[in-house]
Amino acid sequence: MERYEEIPHTADLAARIFGKNTPELFENAAFAMFDMMANIKDKASSVKRQAPSGKRQMVNVKAADTEGLLIAWLNELLYLSYEKKVFFRDFKIISLKDNELTGEASTLAFPEREERKAEIKAATYHDVRIEKRGGGYEVTVVFDV
Amino acid sequence: MTTAFTGKLEKIDDYRWRIPKSYMPGMRVDGIIYSDEKMLRDIVKDNAPQQIANAAHLPGIVKASMAMPDIHWGYGLPIGGVVATDIEAGGVITPGGVGYDINCGVRLIRTDLSESDVKPRLKDLVDTMFRTVPCGVGSTGDVKLNAAEGKRILTGGARWAVEKGFGWPEDVEHCEERGAMEGADPSKVSSRAHERGSDQSGTLGSGNHFLEVQVVDEIYREDIANILGIRKGQITVMVHTGSRGLGHQVCSDYAEKMIKFLAKFNIKIPDKQLACVPVKSEEGRDYLGAMRAAANFAWANRQRITHLTRKAFEKVFARDARSLGMFLVYDVAHNIAKIEKYDVGGRQKLLCVHRKGATRAFPPGHAELPAAYRGIGQPVIIPGDMGRCSYLLVGTEKAEETFYSTCHGAGRLLSRSAAINLTRGRSIAKELEAKGIIVMWEGRETLQEEVPEAYKNVTEVVDIVQGAGISEKVARMRPMGVVKG
Repeated sequence: MERYEEIPHTADLAARIFGKNTPELFENAAFAMFDMMANIKDKASSVKRQAPSGKRQMVNVKAADTEGLLIAWLNELLYLSYEKKVFFRDFKIISLKDNELTGEASTLAFPEREERKAEIKAATYHDVRIEKRGGGYEVTVVFDV
Repeated sequence: MTTAFTGKLEKIDDYRWRIPKSYMPGMRVDGIIYSDEKMLRDIVKDNAPQQIANAAHLPGIVKASMAMPDIHWGYGLPIGGVVATDIEAGGVITPGGVGYDINCGVRLIRTDLSESDVKPRLKDLVDTMFRTVPCGVGSTGDVKLNAAEGKRILTGGARWAVEKGFGWPEDVEHCEERGAMEGADPSKVSSRAHERGSDQSGTLGSGNHFLEVQVVDEIYREDIANILGIRKGQITVMVHTGSRGLGHQVCSDYAEKMIKFLAKFNIKIPDKQLACVPVKSEEGRDYLGAMRAAANFAWANRQRITHLTRKAFEKVFARDARSLGMFLVYDVAHNIAKIEKYDVGGRQKLLCVHRKGATRAFPPGHAELPAAYRGIGQPVIIPGDMGRCSYLLVGTEKAEETFYSTCHGAGRLLSRSAAINLTRGRSIAKELEAKGIIVMWEGRETLQEEVPEAYKNVTEVVDIVQGAGISEKVARMRPMGVVKG
């Protein structure tokens, strides 16, 4: 199953994300966001080849509902990325229940300028709806650039 | 997302179209789109009119949910959206009506130089500007602000920058809000937002932000142009940028909070990104305080970039910027919410006017204008896309129907990925050079994403607002050199 596909958006970036279950959906959403910023799936990319440094980054967020948790998870990762000037990969949801999420990711050095594709500034709430589709789950997220 | 709008659009006249409030249950007012028939065909393609209809649900909304001709799909309100709410009647404020890039805006600087002065040194000038003004993805400034200074920027805005030596006292007189909104509250800006802004002051950023050297190639109202210090053949500089990561974080923070408050105020809206609170609530005051702080950060940013640009010109022309006549014509915000007084049904009311991808356009005689401009109306600066012209307009009395609001720019037509696909194999830099435009940029795909075909034709947008009578063309500028992030 593909993790995500980029879909046309007039002003910003949008991705339709897929997952077998909700935790995988969340992991793939984070993957999509960082892949759209700098190639993390391409074998040739420095981000793919880089060995993670130090400890895994832990993330803990709360929100009013599951969609809110998804956006909070993505925006927390974005904030940490900008604040610590690092990049993330290998996302794992450790727990997702009662409107609280704990997850983690590998930390990498910020990609070189040539590797960077877009500066995502926020994951937005626009039309966010997690839906069951074809034996799994699907959600579309619009990112502000 | 790319579904076309299939709802009803009623023609009011050649430049105004109505979405009747009967279109969707919950609409409190009609929607009105300022457009001509030709542009309307593009407007319906990305379903932005649905967002106008959604915005018509906002509690306390007055008159209509409006959109300018550069309308395209955004978050909550579409880009080009104008919505005013009656504060005393429980009217709301929504971060989705301001946008992520709070006080994204544009300023126009004039010079005493002519095209013949600049052309032989254009490459050197653009190169010097590119090296002097930080731009591009994640661009950082030369100074990391400590906490105390960071707070002073958020209350002082452009005035802070001038006090620090990044400009001239007369700059703030020719700036919307005189370069800083009263009522900014840095304590309502999260520490995250402070951190994101701390090393980004004085930077251009990326996306559609730019710094452009232009030549005035057409004058439509010579009497007004004279008062603004604008003449044909003159070199001008345009700066387009906003509040960088700080503004985006403020919007993210409050968009999330407001979703939680919807139940508290018993507000139902069709799109989470329109989450809102009454202006007259603690939560509303908090967002206003934070939004004003972020707006001031953007004004400080544009002021610092003005200073850096003057330095670049001084270096290339070996004369100081004052003797080069590099005075600020005006600076406008196009993502902001303001508290303004209007006559509604015969009574003076305080309204919360959201302008998202829309520019304020005060008429002649308005008390908030600098004395020198009171006779002509507020200058409105409309940046075109990269490679096509920009415009200088003034506000009109007729614009009262839009709460003195007008368009902000060209508005995108194509998604970034569509623009990249369309331009595969093309050297955009060479195409621009063939037109005599030198461009320097950061970012692998910046030029392809920002190619002119990705945008509406700004001339058509401006002709529509002129046709509708809500602004008047004064001058047109064409680009000579562009610095892009």
